Amino acid sequence: MTGLPTRGAAAKDATRLSRRGFLAGGALVVSFALAPRAFAQLAGGGEGGAGPAVVAPELAGSLRTTPWLDAWIRIGADGRATVFTGKVELGQGIRTALLQVAAEELDMPPARITLVTADTDRTPDEGLTAGSHSMQDSGTAIRNAAANVRMLLAQEAARGWGVAADTVATGGDGMLRAADGRSLGYGDAAARLSLHVKAVPDAPLRDPAGYRTMGRDLPRIDIPAKLTGGAAYLHDLRLPGMLHARVVRGPSVGTRLREPDVAAVSRMPGVVGIVRRGAFLAVVAEREWTAVQALRHLQRAAYGRDAGTQPQEPLPAGGEGGGAGGGAEGGAEGGGPMSADAIAAALTALPARDIPIMDTRGPTGPAAHSVRARYVRPWISHGSIGPSCAVALFEGGAMTVWTHSQGPFDVHRVVAELVGLPPDKVRAIHAEGAGCYGQNGADDVAADAAVIAMATPGRPIRLQWMREQEFGWEPLGPGMMTQLEAALGADGRIVSWRHEVWSNPHNNRPVGAGGVLAGNEADPPFPVPEGKPIPMPEGDGSRNSNPLYSFANTHVVYHFIKDMPVRVSALRSLGAHLNVFSIESMLDELAAAANIDPLALRLAHMEDQRAREVMQRAADGFGWGSRPKGDGRRGCGMAFARYKNLGAYCAVALEVEVDRETGRVAIRRAVAAVDCGQPASPDGVRNQIEGALVQSFSWTSREGMRFAGDRRAGFDWSSYPILRFGDVPDAVEVLVMDRPGAPFLGTAEAAQGPTAAALANAIADATGIRLRDMPLSADRLKAALGPV
Amino acid sequence: MTVTLTINGAAHRLEVDPSTPLLYVLRGELALNGAKYGCGLGQCGACTVQIDGKAAFSCLTPVSALEGRQIRTVEGLGTAEAPGLLQAAFEAEQAAQCGYCIAGMIMRAQALLDRVAEPDEAQIRAHMQTNLCRCGTHMRILRAIRRAVAMRKEGRKEAQKGTRDAPAGTRQAAAEPVREARP
Amino acid sequence: MKPIKWAFGGALACLLGVGAFAGISYRSALPPIPPPAADGFPAELVAKGATLAAIGDCVVCHTADQGAAYAGGRALPTPFGTLYASNITPDAATGIGSWSLDAFKRAMRDGVGRDGSHLYPALPYDHYRRVHDGDLEAIYAFLMTRQPVSAPAKPNDMIFPLGFRPLLAGWKLMFLHQPEFQPVPGRDAQWNRGAYLVEGLGHCGGCHSPRNLAGAEEDGSSAYSGGVAEGWTAPALTAASRAPVPWTADSLYAYLRAGLDGRHGVAAGPMGPVVHGLSRAPEADVRAIAVYIASLSAPPGGAGQPADRPPAIDRADRAAQADPAGAALFAGACAGCHEAGAPMLTQGRPPLATATALQLDEPANALRAILNGIHPPAGAAGPAMPPFTASLTDAQAARIAAYLRTRFSDRPAWTDLEQAAAEIREEDTRQ
Ligand code: FES
Ligand code: FES
Repeated sequence: MTGLPTRGAAAKDATRLSRRGFLAGGALVVSFALAPRAFAQLAGGGEGGAGPAVVAPELAGSLRTTPWLDAWIRIGADGRATVFTGKVELGQGIRTALLQVAAEELDMPPARITLVTADTDRTPDEGLTAGSHSMQDSGTAIRNAAANVRMLLAQEAARGWGVAADTVATGGDGMLRAADGRSLGYGDAAARLSLHVKAVPDAPLRDPAGYRTMGRDLPRIDIPAKLTGGAAYLHDLRLPGMLHARVVRGPSVGTRLREPDVAAVSRMPGVVGIVRRGAFLAVVAEREWTAVQALRHLQRAAYGRDAGTQPQEPLPAGGEGGGAGGGAEGGAEGGGPMSADAIAAALTALPARDIPIMDTRGPTGPAAHSVRARYVRPWISHGSIGPSCAVALFEGGAMTVWTHSQGPFDVHRVVAELVGLPPDKVRAIHAEGAGCYGQNGADDVAADAAVIAMATPGRPIRLQWMREQEFGWEPLGPGMMTQLEAALGADGRIVSWRHEVWSNPHNNRPVGAGGVLAGNEADPPFPVPEGKPIPMPEGDGSRNSNPLYSFANTHVVYHFIKDMPVRVSALRSLGAHLNVFSIESMLDELAAAANIDPLALRLAHMEDQRAREVMQRAADGFGWGSRPKGDGRRGCGMAFARYKNLGAYCAVALEVEVDRETGRVAIRRAVAAVDCGQPASPDGVRNQIEGALVQSFSWTSREGMRFAGDRRAGFDWSSYPILRFGDVPDAVEVLVMDRPGAPFLGTAEAAQGPTAAALANAIADATGIRLRDMPLSADRLKAALGPV
Repeated sequence: MTVTLTINGAAHRLEVDPSTPLLYVLRGELALNGAKYGCGLGQCGACTVQIDGKAAFSCLTPVSALEGRQIRTVEGLGTAEAPGLLQAAFEAEQAAQCGYCIAGMIMRAQALLDRVAEPDEAQIRAHMQTNLCRCGTHMRILRAIRRAVAMRKEGRKEAQKGTRDAPAGTRQAAAEPVREARP
Repeated sequence: MKPIKWAFGGALACLLGVGAFAGISYRSALPPIPPPAADGFPAELVAKGATLAAIGDCVVCHTADQGAAYAGGRALPTPFGTLYASNITPDAATGIGSWSLDAFKRAMRDGVGRDGSHLYPALPYDHYRRVHDGDLEAIYAFLMTRQPVSAPAKPNDMIFPLGFRPLLAGWKLMFLHQPEFQPVPGRDAQWNRGAYLVEGLGHCGGCHSPRNLAGAEEDGSSAYSGGVAEGWTAPALTAASRAPVPWTADSLYAYLRAGLDGRHGVAAGPMGPVVHGLSRAPEADVRAIAVYIASLSAPPGGAGQPADRPPAIDRADRAAQADPAGAALFAGACAGCHEAGAPMLTQGRPPLATATALQLDEPANALRAILNGIHPPAGAAGPAMPPFTASLTDAQAARIAAYLRTRFSDRPAWTDLEQAAAEIREEDTRQ
């Protein structure tokens, strides 16, 4: 089984497309595919386009918008099941997790189920796959739909046998059994009934005590192909007659090549064509290497800032450290990473709208210790290992786009507007890409490919961005700043808490042609839409700014900054990375001021029982009580958050060792505890949390985009270095809480914030130095440590 | 120009521009998916293959440099049905998230295992330093390599004892000639 | 700085002869001291020592790969065998914890260990003799406040009979005469500061000056006219420099600080770690160093810029015609970073046309960069080049080097390139 329409299947799809315009997954599908699309639910955490309207509010998860069972599950005469999800595989293992959910509630072997992920012609529209919503939205829908189907099958069998429905049992093998031993296959039962019925809210779920599939470590179904060179990725799609394209741009957002030598390139052997549309320029060739060479030739042209196509203000400036100043002229690297003051200055210089997030008042005791601190995060790249890619085919008046975007349903709308086709003539099919961790170049490249495909009808176009294009043009995770002020009474209670956060919107997911680069480059351009905040409880820059703890007199304000000097959008965990970093750093600052154990201070202010248990579990697993005391080199730190105060609970404890000569920090061991409700696959959860922890360590300890005045100066892994094997932790352990049958809680982003704060806290414990500005880099720590 | 490449033991005659990096030939002409384009700059290792036994960046190796040399890709190690030693170990450890980096990781690790019988943790980490993973799968990748080392050791012992029933994935490895560490 | 011109047949024989004077070779042990308390040194003195140690780059030679800082163990290949750097952390048993300030100063100036044994001149005491007393005291304070690390010395691996240390006494008798630095009248304070640092702690001549057969630096007019370091050519810093674009104090400053300058190649090989050290040294000191080094290549008598040289060369078409195979290798292996339109170049990294490596008489630097790559000189971020040792054969590496020479230089073609590449590869496998 592979995540990709196989070569054959894809080719078949393509030819079918050419014959029929688009492939409908069956007549029944149309009924929901054309359901009204109004702003209805916050699929994907309120990012991206509006999902379909809620039509069945009494149901759970995405059944509320798509209540028909056959939209989710179909059972063939052979007893095999096909399960449909509007979510997509991003390397988070969601295909396997959803398969486990379906297998459990259908009570049949996972091997007999095929899972189909987002395809605008075949699957329910579940909005974006983002915000750790997949298990909550789709997992919940599939769980309940499967329970409904199993119930209907049992009722059907019971009717045939003339027995009571509750005497019909299933045994995990896809068979229905009567008490007297008669049996019936799912396929036979399904053939006698229609699943085009609405789900009911109370179909009985299986008893967790008898789980056969869920909660076990089913090996991920996508992994074998990935280990053996199988066709696992969109990048591996090869359609008959496919051409290779490269899109031609300046070094980064807001630049434009002055006079690319198009004439010379169009004469290059193997070049099939040049596509120009407004400021959009691409080269198309028979072979990929030819396209790359043609691109390089065009890139020789001088470039300049371009106010026309991108609403770019002057880039934030202000490097620190060794660099000798930037600019192509001077030639050196664009200085060091941006200084925290420069980031703060860039943000506070922009007009902000103040959005109150939380305001509680209570009797105030006198403050014994108070701390005021500013925390800063730079612009961070998604840094996908595989630059974004798309395949597009325009044939017979219809466009098909294979995309690894998190929002194929948005891609479908964006492309329709961009190339001027009615939406029903555009189909977007998800195929896996490299991990994206938010909105990287995936949506842009899909739109690019569609523009090129429009110009080359009948020939599939494969377009992959170059490494420097991914760094230069993708939306970055926004630079942010917080200002906290908190006070602790003599009794160890927090008597006041003030948290202000400054941020650009994190939600610039394209919902129309103006949201993608090709749209901005069109003539006339589709304007870049104004950024909007995501309202709480999800929040964007404000995400997790509302502490889950009970503090007296809590005051939280989101200074929402609409104007974006840098192209930004969602990066895994959004504002939670800095907000949790700030809250959990501040708690340790207060604990240190009052000489209270950091864990004790947290527990004293936490009423949520599951939160307390997660913290305790991490502390026990780590040996927090008997941890070595900070000695100048070694030290320990912990932090906690419940993602969005709605998703998974996660606590992280770290032991670090600081090399005082260089400021280098090594994580000697890390223990994370996570409560995500019933884990579909505990190993899948561990994999996600391990990865998030390591990734957050990289973000927090060494990353930050550099700018060179007229462009982004991070363009490859030497100018934007990330964590390598030599610096990963010695050991990481993830403890998954057992919560049988409990509702799913989104997990994938839960460790981002706690890891960041635990790192700062451990460094402070080790050295007494409180680093508040990301990256908590070796250079910064060394500078703070001084020579000794 | 015409070049003949020997890939996973099979010879392929190809008509390509001699400057074409191996990566584009593997993917574009031969439909081998394992090697990935990650940077084209020799900085990430997503494109790693073995050339004459050493881990090399296929994105920076023009085919004109490869006549007469032995090229091995992840497809040459095994299949989903009959995985090679490292593939089996990565499967057992579920050592992938998005997996885009993994074929390159396996090929780099293979070059180490071909050279050193029982690399220690420091050797493994230093050797793998070249390759990047953005998903943070590092801990599992390291576990998988350690597991492969252990499986091979186990397999060798089993082979010596003449036991026929080696655990899955080790049989093939035991059958492979194991080159010992250089002095 | 009297030039030493000593006519002798064979340096080794001479050493043996002179070393036979046992009386000269004998140096007494100095009494061990209990390791001084780390808080016994004034913080300002330690801080001063830290910046001086950064300029001397002590940490580079005295730290093994992935090893603890200053704990020694790094291999130093020399023409006379391989030396292993000693542990200079204040560990009493294996480091310098029991060394008094006097013992430390004696080592730095006379190359004699606390126990009286002679130290190899890989420790550039011929330069450290020029360092002022107060600065040595500061460095001592800095080192004695490091974290003690127990790391026994690795035995050196010298060719016979140089493993016999008393022979070094003869070497010193001939070559160790450098006086303490005196400011040069008529030069400004910045220049003099630079001269002091370069001649003393910075020991730039250690690599950039040629050495005689006995391994001693040549000075006088030969000083800084280019040398060898770990198999890399250390280019001339004088008017003999082959840099296609003349160095200025500003470009030197950028280079020393960040490892590159838009008009010059990238710090590679042993220069990488030097830049890393200097990236942490005080800005004023690095500027002073740049000013002094820039003055070395200034035409005699005249201040300011060196004489103009012909502009950088790039004859792509000519080279492609002359060597299509080399051009194809370049297009597939190198162009992604080094051809016009490549992201590196649109982002302002130096083009190959300005790389000194392609202008030198020896191909060592070009070949080593191709085979071994370049690691970011200034920490994690910065120009990097992947090694091509696995993907290219010696003949192919040689082919690319020859192509580069044709394309980017008017100088005579390099000879025996394949052999040179084979030797570099051989050296790497040995290590
Ligand atoms: S793609 Fe070859 S090293 Fe990155
Ligand atoms: S698993 Fe995604 S990059 Fe490594």
